[in-house]
Amino acid sequence: MSLPRTLITAALMGGIALSSLPLTATAQEQNPAVTARQGQFQIMALNIGVLGQMARGNTDYDAETAQAAANNLLTMSQIDQRFHWVPGTDNESIEGTRALPAIWEEGSQVIAIWGRFGEGAAALAEVAGDGLDPMRASLGPVGAACGDCHDDYRAEE
Amino acid sequence: MRRLVRAIILLATIGASAGWVLTRPVHITDDEVAALTGDAAAGEAVFWAGGCASCHAAEDASGEARLILGGGQAFPSDFGTFRAPNISPDPTQGIGDWSLAQFLTAMQNGISPEGQHYYPAFPYTAYRLADRQDLADLFAFMQTLPASDQASLPHDVGFPFSIRRAVGLWNVLYLRDEFVVTSDLTEEEARGRYLSEALAHCGECHTPRGALGAVDRSRWLQGAPALTGRGTIPALTPDELDWSADEIAAYLNDGFTPTFDAAGGHMRSVIANLANLDEADRAAIAAYLGRLPPSDTAP
Ligand code: HEC
Ligand code: HEC
Ligand code: HEC
Repeated sequence: MSLPRTLITAALMGGIALSSLPLTATAQEQNPAVTARQGQFQIMALNIGVLGQMARGNTDYDAETAQAAANNLLTMSQIDQRFHWVPGTDNESIEGTRALPAIWEEGSQVIAIWGRFGEGAAALAEVAGDGLDPMRASLGPVGAACGDCHDDYRAEE
Repeated sequence: MRRLVRAIILLATIGASAGWVLTRPVHITDDEVAALTGDAAAGEAVFWAGGCASCHAAEDASGEARLILGGGQAFPSDFGTFRAPNISPDPTQGIGDWSLAQFLTAMQNGISPEGQHYYPAFPYTAYRLADRQDLADLFAFMQTLPASDQASLPHDVGFPFSIRRAVGLWNVLYLRDEFVVTSDLTEEEARGRYLSEALAHCGECHTPRGALGAVDRSRWLQGAPALTGRGTIPALTPDELDWSADEIAAYLNDGFTPTFDAAGGHMRSVIANLANLDEADRAAIAAYLGRLPPSDTAP
């Protein structure tokens, strides 16, 4: 998972280069970077939901469906993040986002947490098709990565 | 803020004169608790329901580290910054040399062994409603946890909030011995009320506060401004929270909302606690939430 981590580092550190891209928000319209990352998280939630409903026992476990959702999560974790995290798109600078400025501050753990999401997704994709129990056990660390990041880097609604 | 300062000075002044008797620390005696024997195994569930680790373990501790109650976490408020003390079994830095009576006096009356008032940043206001047997079990469980020799940090609270005696009058005004929800409840709903009101202190975050920082019981669990300033902590009343009881219970276990967004903020630590309870207890909390009076009606 070192590749995506490097790419986020580039995204977070490379604000100067990126600021020339047409990604700045006006007061009225949603910032495209914000729209993109929120959409990304919606896709992640949708796929987590497929597995989560099986883990909760609300839907029957199906190996192929579980594998497909896990593969999607792994793919999401490999998307180059640099365009989603443009500096200045925190919730103190613009409307329409819950991203906290701490994401861009020194000592930020977002890159490490995103890396843990990727590692968790890879481990999940290994076993998601092997049965309910292994899938459920590997879903835990992925969910923990979601929560760890929301804990410190997403504002309350 | 200025008004608050004046009110506190007034409280302190009254506390120092007419209210001196009224605000006298009340200690639970050894005789009163002589019949109680704590069961450490039973105390574990009380520990998780009570959420002690959320405040007394190190910030962001996870797994086994949540059992090391060395304190240190800071709680900023309008009154200054409070810091959770070391409550591990260490006899010098923690509470290893406390008696059960001293522990109960702290947990239910908000009074230290030296007779000082605790600040209500420590939710003794909720634990006051807990069964003494449960707290005796909790005390026994806490003695099985690792000792930490980390020194407790002082609070950073300026005058007049530094006058602990003023809390005595605050207690006279705001300490309650009854549950907030008093309608007829099933056994399951009543269990949920006990867990939510007496142990898990949901109201400390989900209920707005009135003057002097007291939880406004007339707007119970109707949502509140976020502790961090921007945003709100959501309402839990059934008119606002339209999740099914199963969805609420599942969220309190795996941290996912019905649309599989992941819980964040302070709720995450609450869920890390509640996930250790029996499934029936989380279902009971969900059942209790379903019986809350809707927002904008008094309970
Ligand atoms: C590295 C940090 C991080 C990780 C990991 C993470 N999130 Fe998020 N998530 C955020 C931030 C920051 C926001 C707020 C984005 C914004 O509003 O601009 C967010 C927003 C969301 C949203 C709301 C999107 C919207 O429409 O506003 C959902 C749903 C969500 N995340 C689900 C998840 C799930 C499920 C996972 C795990 C599979 C996850 N997130 C992992 C940081 C993270
Ligand atoms: C919301 C945060 C919070 C939670 C939850 C919490 N405490 Fe505390 N606790 C505090 C703070 C802050 C103090 C210090 C109060 C003061 O000094 O006035 C404290 C003080 C104490 C003390 C007094 C320690 C001493 O050295 O005088 C004890 C005992 C204690 N807590 C036990 C518990 C137990 C047991 C639980 C769980 C059932 C718990 N606390 C849950 C914040 C918390
Ligand atoms: C220390 C503060 C705190 C305590 C104590 C607390 N909560 Fe929360 N709760 C929050 C915060 C903050 C959120 C918002 C979480 C987020 O941003 O993802 C929340 C969210 C929730 C939600 C999701 C509601 C929604 O509309 O998204 C439910 C349900 C909930 N809490 C139930 C409870 C129950 C039940 C208790 C007591 C057993 C409790 N909470 C105790 C802070 C707290």
